[in-house]
Amino acid sequence: MKKENQTPVLELKDIHKSFGENHVLKGFNLQLFKGENLVIMGKSGSGKSVMVKCIVGLIQPDSGSITINGHDIITMGQRELDFLRTQIGFLFQGSALYDSMTVRENLEFPLRRHKDKIEDFKSTEQSVQDALKSVGLLHTIDLMPSELSGGMQRRVALARALILKPKIIMYDEPTTGLDPITANEIIQLMRSIQKEYNTSSLIITHDVDCVRVISNRIILLVDGINYAEGTYDELSNSSDPQTRAFFKN
Amino acid sequence: MKKENSLITRTKLFFAEIGDMTLFAGRFFRELFSPPFEFRELIRQCYNMGIRSLFLVMVTGFILGLVFTLQSRPTLTDLGAASWMPSMISISIVREIGPVIIALICAGRIGSGIGAELGSMRVTEQIDAMEVSGTNPFKYLVVTRILAVTLMLPLLVIAGDTVALFGSAIIENLKGDVSYTLYFNKVFDALSFSDVLPATVKTVFFGFAIGLVGTYKGYNCSKGTVGVGEASNSAVVYSSMLLFIIDFIAVFVSDIFFEV
Ligand SMILES: Nc1ncnc2c1ncn2[C@@H]1O[C@H](COP(=O)(O)OP(=O)(O)OP(=O)(O)O)[C@@H](O)[C@H]1O
Ligand SMILES: [Mg+2]
Repeated sequence: MKKENQTPVLELKDIHKSFGENHVLKGFNLQLFKGENLVIMGKSGSGKSVMVKCIVGLIQPDSGSITINGHDIITMGQRELDFLRTQIGFLFQGSALYDSMTVRENLEFPLRRHKDKIEDFKSTEQSVQDALKSVGLLHTIDLMPSELSGGMQRRVALARALILKPKIIMYDEPTTGLDPITANEIIQLMRSIQKEYNTSSLIITHDVDCVRVISNRIILLVDGINYAEGTYDELSNSSDPQTRAFFKN
Repeated sequence: MKKENSLITRTKLFFAEIGDMTLFAGRFFRELFSPPFEFRELIRQCYNMGIRSLFLVMVTGFILGLVFTLQSRPTLTDLGAASWMPSMISISIVREIGPVIIALICAGRIGSGIGAELGSMRVTEQIDAMEVSGTNPFKYLVVTRILAVTLMLPLLVIAGDTVALFGSAIIENLKGDVSYTLYFNKVFDALSFSDVLPATVKTVFFGFAIGLVGTYKGYNCSKGTVGVGEASNSAVVYSSMLLFIIDFIAVFVSDIFFEV
């Protein structure tokens, strides 16, 4: 890998986070490089969602540092943080579409204040249509989220996460609970976005097929720390049974 | 969690919550005056709250006027003071009954709505999604809603009071042969500035209380659908309680200023 000659776009150092007595992260480290697809795997409840929420500033870690493009996000002011957030796409585990708004309004929402940050911005309508087209759901533009199936909601949420053309994208379980065909479509979409814009992605998933196709590198999060790190081939053939267990289908 | 039932912990929790709510209110005022301003959302909320509650408020007000007049009439007639009906009714409605009843109705309708809406947005991570997309959810959701109730409640109360007086006038007209012109002439004679102003100012505080409690409960909703129900429920309970406390203070203060 091309680690040595690059500075990471995202770096977590020694992150600790507890909720009361529940110590979730106990010194987690991570580096994400430009153009890379980094997969995080870990058991349910191991703190993967907590970790990505720390990265976008939704949860304050107890200690440790998080830098994005060299800026420390923990000490950053609100304005700077809001600006930085426009460069980060975030796909929530539960889609988190605004259920009082139509699909169109959902997609327009991030554009309200941040159109100027898109390089080749034409019009709001054009951006919305392009984003929806890319997930194949242009026909749902005037529907409410409650009128869509779970998989369609996930795809609309993906379109919303991508509408500001972010440089870093975080996917929290993008394919969980989807049928294999839709899951595969989402995986292909993630790959094509990565190719087209050379984005860096952090992908949380349990889906071994997804991991195999998409990952450049994998980190296993076990007991709040980096338990193991490597490529798909390295980890799935690891001598450690606990590591191998993650890759059994 | 297990100790929650002991009296001391509950009292502590109660005061901690009051402290939290005060901080929440402080944040409201700070964010209220710092740009960017969410005018469109404010207008939308005002429209939603105003229009959607108007019918309910008018019906309640009308029945209030009817019933109140029907109930008081016999007593005043026995005392030979039937001609005082318009003044008595209008003063009681405008100064006290109208604002309190209509604010309570709105606490039930608007306050619980805000609590449930923000609560479910919190639970389904929509508030987090807003924050991540670079929009300040406190400004977009909380500030606009508190402001909207604060602005709309006085208008709703005025509408409700007016309809209540009409209801009362109908009864007077049917039972007491008082013409509508005479009735309203008497009403306007009876009402003075010192009745209307404190009552209206009071409703501004009522509106603020309903908005504050509703948004606070919803915004800080705990996880799960149980949390949403609880947020909406306690929004109504706490704001109704707060309404009476504010009412008491308001009566106390206006008593000092206007020496009635
Ligand atoms: N806001 C919170 N308050 C208290 N505890 C929390 C909070 N968020 C998460 N936790 C706890 O942190 C732990 C990790 O949760 P997290 O959601 O990160 O798991 P996860 O690895 O994403 O699991 P899954 O694969 O099921 O999504 C859990 O034990 C959870 O109870
Ligand atoms: Mg998770």
